[in-house]
Amino acid sequence: MEDPLIIAGRRLRSRLILGTGGFPSLELMAAAIAASGSELVTVALRRIDPNARGSLVDVLAAAGVELLPNTAGCHTARDAVLTARLAREAFATDWIKLEVIGDEDTLLPDAPELLRAAEELVDEGFVVLPYTTDDPVLARRLADIGCAAVMPLGSPIGSGMGIRNPYNIALVREAVDVPVVLDAGIGTASDAALAMELGCDAVMAASAIARAQDPVRMAEAMRDAVRAGRLAYTAGRIPRRTFASASSPVEGLAEFAQSSEQLT
Amino acid sequence: MIIVNGQSSDVPAGETVAGVLARMGLAEGARGVAVAVDGEVVPRADWGSHALGEHARIEVLTAMQGG
Repeated sequence: MEDPLIIAGRRLRSRLILGTGGFPSLELMAAAIAASGSELVTVALRRIDPNARGSLVDVLAAAGVELLPNTAGCHTARDAVLTARLAREAFATDWIKLEVIGDEDTLLPDAPELLRAAEELVDEGFVVLPYTTDDPVLARRLADIGCAAVMPLGSPIGSGMGIRNPYNIALVREAVDVPVVLDAGIGTASDAALAMELGCDAVMAASAIARAQDPVRMAEAMRDAVRAGRLAYTAGRIPRRTFASASSPVEGLAEFAQSSEQLT
Repeated sequence: MIIVNGQSSDVPAGETVAGVLARMGLAEGARGVAVAVDGEVVPRADWGSHALGEHARIEVLTAMQGG
């Protein structure tokens, strides 16, 4: 069944977005991308190393994936906006995963700077996908500004702690009309499935795959988890209830004579 | 003194952005490269004509693996 993810008019068959950071080698990264089925991967922008071996851009082009540059490492709206402009120049894409970090230990977003940067970049014609907290009010503000999606965190970047506040993620889903991409905190496949079951439109995974003992196998697990979670969400789960509800019919139950004798 | 990616360099004032890239061994059509001079983006189309001032700070950036 076709169930594409649509962000800013672009159709993506896969609902898994991959981070490229943390892989032990470019070869493993390429193999993990293939196993994940992802069509969109994030890259960072850094000073060029003329002696670097192998070009990341070439490897990703060969993998046939689209690039989603990020502004990782930026702490101010000004730096993030400049980084986005440079990314547009480098990769010929208007898409930007906007990160404005407010704290080194938690890597949590700086909300006022994030809003400022998002507003400026939307004005400049960027397709802005902001990394944000799991605050539904902030998510709505970002969507109202014109962001193409919102990317709430499940828990801090790289922590692998999964979704610490599933109720907030569900509230974010209700608060905005743009796609919700669960970003940060995914540790294993069940976290990705939960995100999708909560109504997220996609999941972003980086460290969970890149730093797994077997990144290619984990990429495959994430692919299946995202698909399973999406199917479960669209299928509509049963309500939770306190007491049992028999799944075999009561009617037609056989009546056996005198059951006073014990089985021996 | 012109600063290239945070390092002092022997690039003379008046050198173009394209000239700096050539000194770094980067081909003219290098994919996935962006340049900022003194905090402003220099579009690829201007690399050949944009000359660096005496105390210019040039940042030459490309894609790195990242979340």
